[in-house]
Amino acid sequence: MTTLPTSTDRKLGLVIDLDTCVGCHACVISCKGWNTENYGAPLADTDAYGANPSGTFLNRVHSYEVQPANDAPAQLIHFPKSCLHCEDAPCVTVCPTGASYKRVEDGIVLVNEADCIGCGLCAWACPYGAREMDAVEKVMKKCTLCVDRIYNENLPEEDREPACVRTCPAGARHFGDFADPDSNVSKLTAERGGMDLMPEMGTKPVNKYLPPRPKDRDRSEDVDILAPFLEPVAAEPTGFLGWLDKALTTMPGGKS
Amino acid sequence: MHPAPSVILFSTLSGLGFGLLAFLGLGVLQPTGMGAFIWFFIAYALAVGGLISSTFHLGRPERALKAFKQWRSSWLSREGICAVVALLVMGLYAIGAIFLGTHWTVLGVVGAVLSVLTVFTTAMIYTQFKTVPRWHNITTPAMFLSICIAGGALLAGQVTLAIPLLILAALAQLAHWVVGDKALEASGTDMGTATGLGDRGTVRAFEPPHTGTNYLLKEFVYVIGRKHAAKLRIVAMGLMVVAPIVLLALTQLASVSGTADHVLAALAVISHLVGVFAARWLFFAQAEHVVGLYYGKR
Ligand code: SF4
Ligand code: SF4
Ligand code: SF4
Repeated sequence: MTTLPTSTDRKLGLVIDLDTCVGCHACVISCKGWNTENYGAPLADTDAYGANPSGTFLNRVHSYEVQPANDAPAQLIHFPKSCLHCEDAPCVTVCPTGASYKRVEDGIVLVNEADCIGCGLCAWACPYGAREMDAVEKVMKKCTLCVDRIYNENLPEEDREPACVRTCPAGARHFGDFADPDSNVSKLTAERGGMDLMPEMGTKPVNKYLPPRPKDRDRSEDVDILAPFLEPVAAEPTGFLGWLDKALTTMPGGKS
Repeated sequence: MHPAPSVILFSTLSGLGFGLLAFLGLGVLQPTGMGAFIWFFIAYALAVGGLISSTFHLGRPERALKAFKQWRSSWLSREGICAVVALLVMGLYAIGAIFLGTHWTVLGVVGAVLSVLTVFTTAMIYTQFKTVPRWHNITTPAMFLSICIAGGALLAGQVTLAIPLLILAALAQLAHWVVGDKALEASGTDMGTATGLGDRGTVRAFEPPHTGTNYLLKEFVYVIGRKHAAKLRIVAMGLMVVAPIVLLALTQLASVSGTADHVLAALAVISHLVGVFAARWLFFAQAEHVVGLYYGKR
């Protein structure tokens, strides 16, 4: 059924903290790894070792530079992007087969790959580029919110969260239920002014982005108070190092 | 948007085919026997040929039948159903005309409406996408429908109808270009709203997420040939409307008759078809999907 549920019991999703993301792409790799080995068709790579490598990913990290108008220092912002599990998901209603659907119990947007005809319309409908047609399997792939981890009783408790969240070394991704006002994600969103991407598209994304804290001033000229202690103690080496330095200098080619 | 030849061919051919079916159904021309067979054969070859070509762009064409299920929400599903019903109804009508020499008026009118409706559903597949502002306005269905009807009249040999209808189609196509060229700006979506960072300053794409290309860039950020767009528009308009009108006008001259008439009319149809193909290529190639903004492109 590709009509959307009027409401879902829970609203599972991610909070992505643009202030903390360091742009390491660890979530990209863990997502690719988990989703290639588990739920659904593996994520293809074509010409992986050739001149034009290309592949399917469910999560990608962009980097943007923001230049404030008042000549304040520019900011570099790393920007992870995966499916936002929209409440009013246009990708679901366009699907002619019912392969794309939004779950009533937790709001996760999924693709039933056995029904997908690979028409690509859902990817056209998504403003965020969260869906990619797999070049080998010819079916639509998208973030599953790691549905095969979060409920998986075969995994240790601490691993029952999305692979990208579990992996992030900076703690920039948080997973939880937005329908519960006391959940970690609801609190973070409220405290830090979590925002929607392209709100004008009317998709009502569940995932929220925490804006980066503004830089108050240019810190590039700052000197750390410990810096003086890092000055070299002796400019010229003495003792054994002095001998080694001399010996190496006298060797052929050593003077260069 | 990537201009997939199978999809362009589909909308061009089946648009013309359903246009002709509409004129046959309305009884504007009422052939019987062998004549009817030829007319219906041409219309079905175009409509069905287009539909078959559209399945080539599916990743999994073997599952195409599943696409009829979700008519409640999906325009693609509605298009499939509408096309099949239109072809069935017009098939019955054709049987009457070919074998029984009768024209079942009510059936024909229903078939004609369904044929035009099919083209409307095709147009709505594109119009529905908020993500492609160039398509998300009324000029898209206006353009698809007027071209379908003008092409139908032209192919049905209705000279006096075809000339004004072609002019109408040209106006709709022009409106689509004029409105479309401003649509992305007018939509208010830019890198600022895409990233949510717009109110902090000017957002610039610093590094893309991947070094190579990917599905998103290939499918949605197609920029090849955009620089020739102005020239192609002139070519498309010339072939689609101007040349057919001139050729049709020539057939009206008293000195031209018989075979020459038919040759001119055939040339008009071919020119129109090539023109529509070029215009449809532009329809895709010039369409900007908002996902390009994440890459600092459009
Ligand atoms: S982010 Fe895109 S794919 Fe995910 S639910 Fe929203 S529209 Fe659909
Ligand atoms: S590509 Fe698959 S999931 Fe997407 S709209 Fe087409 S059939 Fe549905
Ligand atoms: S939730 Fe899972 S599938 Fe979605 S981006 Fe994270 S790792 Fe990938």
